[in-house]
Amino acid sequence: MSDHNVISPEVTFAPEHAADTKVIWRTFWLLSALTVIELTIGLTIYNIKLGGEEAHASVVLAFKGMVCILTLAKAYYIVSVFMHLGSEVRNLIMTIVVPLCLFIWFITAFLVDGNSWKTLRNRYNRPADMEQAAPAPKEVKE
Amino acid sequence: MSTATVQQGTKWWSGGRSPFNATYGKVMMWYFLMSDAFTFGAFLISYGTIRFSRNFWVDPNKVFNSFPFAEGHNLPLAFVSLMTFILIFSSVTMVLAVHEGHKMNRKGVEKFMILTIIGGAAFLSCQAWEWHHLLTGEHAVLVNGHLEHWNTTVSHNPFGPEVLFNGQMVHTPGPIAFGSYFFEITGFHGFHVFSGVIINIIMYIKTRLGHFDQRGHYEMIEKAGLYWHFVDLVWVFVFLCFYLV
Repeated sequence: MSDHNVISPEVTFAPEHAADTKVIWRTFWLLSALTVIELTIGLTIYNIKLGGEEAHASVVLAFKGMVCILTLAKAYYIVSVFMHLGSEVRNLIMTIVVPLCLFIWFITAFLVDGNSWKTLRNRYNRPADMEQAAPAPKEVKE
Repeated sequence: MSTATVQQGTKWWSGGRSPFNATYGKVMMWYFLMSDAFTFGAFLISYGTIRFSRNFWVDPNKVFNSFPFAEGHNLPLAFVSLMTFILIFSSVTMVLAVHEGHKMNRKGVEKFMILTIIGGAAFLSCQAWEWHHLLTGEHAVLVNGHLEHWNTTVSHNPFGPEVLFNGQMVHTPGPIAFGSYFFEITGFHGFHVFSGVIINIIMYIKTRLGHFDQRGHYEMIEKAGLYWHFVDLVWVFVFLCFYLV
């Protein structure tokens, strides 16, 4: 450990920094590749939807799930390598990561709430209030 | 990443040392970013709630399909990919600046800070173009049986369900929440990018003046880097929620 790493007497252990930038560039190519895959999936969804909004709804949903997983992978690499959280001591990692677990509840609860709102509105609202429902294509004469 | 290993049995919590092995400033930067993650998370989740509560939602490929100097062509996802790659690349130059800082290489830090600032400015320009395009671009929309031309704003959304009108498919008014959430969240993110650019400019000036050499370490570059990477991290999720799904 060289002297310049000692920032404060309270910091007892300085991770040795890599001599070259190999890891950084590898992560850059990885993030780019993940983004290209995401874009490919996005364009696939676009082309599927050209065949009609309701066509292959479950395939579209599966593709959307894949994009979400790829996004989480990108987030992991940014935080772990670019923000160097992966080379911090375990105590610091845990104090950041554990509170973020609240997001599991946060996302689940609120999306389920939104979905239930839709179900209730569709069930109980009078047809006149259903302006959000996609009307079937029909000929409108001026 | 690190080749050094923590000594086994280190008593992190018995005093005399930071249990997180980091300075006060760095730990607080992490906590600030965590709270900011919850702020952005709350915005995106509330957008998700509204979106899940609707029978119809806007197809992003119909809204974001133009590219500067190629107006009139249908290019879904093209412009936002450019923005994403700009931000990823400016993240790489930022982490390279931090790397040069560890090596106490002032010239290297200066070079990569300049590149990061240019990347941030390029991203902001792209966002300005996109906002301008949405706020001024007029789209035909069928309102009460006749065609009108609307911009995409916080109160107007011309990308609703399509109906057949005089033998042509035209949009009806869509959920106005789309514009509100889009401008709110990308605006809040753009404000973060803007303040990140300002912070980076300050860090560049301080590097030029040799403040960090006098201090003996480049930890401020590391802290500015944490903020900048967080901005990139948020964009990854904004990209997912508004453009991809």
